[in-house]
Amino acid sequence: MTENQHSTTNASPGRLAWRRFRRHRPAMVALVLLSLLCAAALLAPVISPYPFEQQDLDLGATAPSSQHWLGTDDLGRDMLSRLLHGGRISLAVGVCATLASLCIGVVYGAISGYAGGRTDNVMMRLVDILYALPFTVFVIILMVVFKRNLLLLFIAIGAVEWLTMARIVRGQVLALKEQTFIRAARALGYSHGRILMRHIIPNVIGPIIVYTTLTVPRVILLESFLSFLGLGVQPPMSSWGLLIRDGARMMESYPWMLIYPSLTLSAALLSLNLTGDALRDALDPRALR
Amino acid sequence: MKPPLLEILNLCTAFPIRRGVFSRTVGHVHAVDDVSLTIGHGETLGLVGESGCGKTTLARTVLLLEKAHRGSIHFDGTEITTAPKNVIRNLRRQMQVVFQDPYESLNPRMTVMEIVTEGLLTHRCIERREMEPVAARLLADTGLGREMLHRYPHEFSGGQRQRISIARAIAMQPKLILCDEAVSALDVSIQSQIINLLMDLRERLGLSYLFISHDLSVVRHLADRVAVMYLGRIVESGPAATLMNQPRHPYTKALIAAIPKAGGPRRSQSMRLPGDVPSPANPPPGCPFHPRCPFATAPCRTDRPLLEPCAGRTDAHLVACLRKNEID
Repeated sequence: MTENQHSTTNASPGRLAWRRFRRHRPAMVALVLLSLLCAAALLAPVISPYPFEQQDLDLGATAPSSQHWLGTDDLGRDMLSRLLHGGRISLAVGVCATLASLCIGVVYGAISGYAGGRTDNVMMRLVDILYALPFTVFVIILMVVFKRNLLLLFIAIGAVEWLTMARIVRGQVLALKEQTFIRAARALGYSHGRILMRHIIPNVIGPIIVYTTLTVPRVILLESFLSFLGLGVQPPMSSWGLLIRDGARMMESYPWMLIYPSLTLSAALLSLNLTGDALRDALDPRALR
Repeated sequence: MKPPLLEILNLCTAFPIRRGVFSRTVGHVHAVDDVSLTIGHGETLGLVGESGCGKTTLARTVLLLEKAHRGSIHFDGTEITTAPKNVIRNLRRQMQVVFQDPYESLNPRMTVMEIVTEGLLTHRCIERREMEPVAARLLADTGLGREMLHRYPHEFSGGQRQRISIARAIAMQPKLILCDEAVSALDVSIQSQIINLLMDLRERLGLSYLFISHDLSVVRHLADRVAVMYLGRIVESGPAATLMNQPRHPYTKALIAAIPKAGGPRRSQSMRLPGDVPSPANPPPGCPFHPRCPFATAPCRTDRPLLEPCAGRTDAHLVACLRKNEID
């Protein structure tokens, strides 16, 4: 293995990962696009040409023009402004709910798989029970009890999405903990916390990242589903999901109302998937440099 | 007199066999059955036996990765099967392990430097900034260069990885290292390098080894004493030279006859063992070896032999065979 002399000896693992990531052209494009979308959403109040809720009923729905770049909806509201503001909600739901599901799911699954035996059994039966709970009913109950609240919406979505993550992680950990290096770590007297954090979780990072990138789009779509039922975001607020629903209703007469929100959502989801894919490869030290 | 470094007394490790919907325990696999062994300070004990005879389970029980069913394990005078957690944590520093599979025993996500210093860091023996020089010294001790510090395990060959495992083990300045088939997965030429490294470290650091192998010819080079295991029991133990030159137990004889010899003719064909190892879930009554033993008589099928010295010999050489004084 002495032929590896050219490999860098002093770069940190983080820098090596970044270097591998940069090799991946489509992912770099995706990352830039994603950053632009996030920046646009963050700066929405500043860069929107019109207030997002300002109606102009006399104007009605107009096709894209120099005044309204992406046209207006049937109530005369500027689509670009609504899209920018909708991005705030959608991305926030996507990120927060996914993070919540990630944290709960990974920790829960890793502990369950690592502990094994009766603990594992009890923990997984609990997951099964929660799985069986109908999501819509669960959210409706939450909304009724706690009144309508965006934060609650995030929590509700995150609280449902972690179940699958927990199962995936548990399965991976079960396979992993029989590996000799985990046994070695136990024999060498490392604490359970350390074994979990340093030896187990880094080695299941691949499936975690893939599933996370799959969760973000699902969560964004879930939010639009809830909004459609009148449980999530309410007009005049907007979100990408909501805009797409409205657009779908008007598809035949005002196609621009569907096209632009759909393109934005698709672009965001595609870049997320590409980024996640490249991230998984970059974080694997076995990959080519 | 100083107590031995490791003293295993009447150790049993059994795994329950579960069946049915309610996982009823219907029986036990006695992987380790009434084993007693001692290892003195600076001594190397070779433990041999074929696959599935319980060598690895014995090692895992000593490492407290499996629960002992019965018996006791004293390490440096402390009983460890019942010791509280904080005592065990301290003892683990003094008892390290090198596993068989060099491809699985190192975390693929950590650099060599992190792997060899992890134990020292978690036990707060060194500071983070000392990692690099300490790791470089450990690698040098095991014959690796410091340019390898920042590489990942997949960049190394099997022999190099085993050196990394050994570096990780000696990092904690242990008294005892358990080598569980530590060289079995390696090429013969690499095997001898690793064995030489282990002998060299034993001299320099005053280590003791429990060296587990299925290969008597490897054990012969390294061990002061050898114990032969069959179906979870020790069938013969004694000083390496005595055991190799004058084996008394028919199973040991068969193992020694199986060592390939360069040049000369093969040893007597008659020592080839018929049949297979019986299931440890349902061991044969009497001497566990009797179904395969060419010398078995009626008492062998009913009476379980004890590990005892032969007639007219010193007590260092113990044999568990009813006919040990008759057959030769």
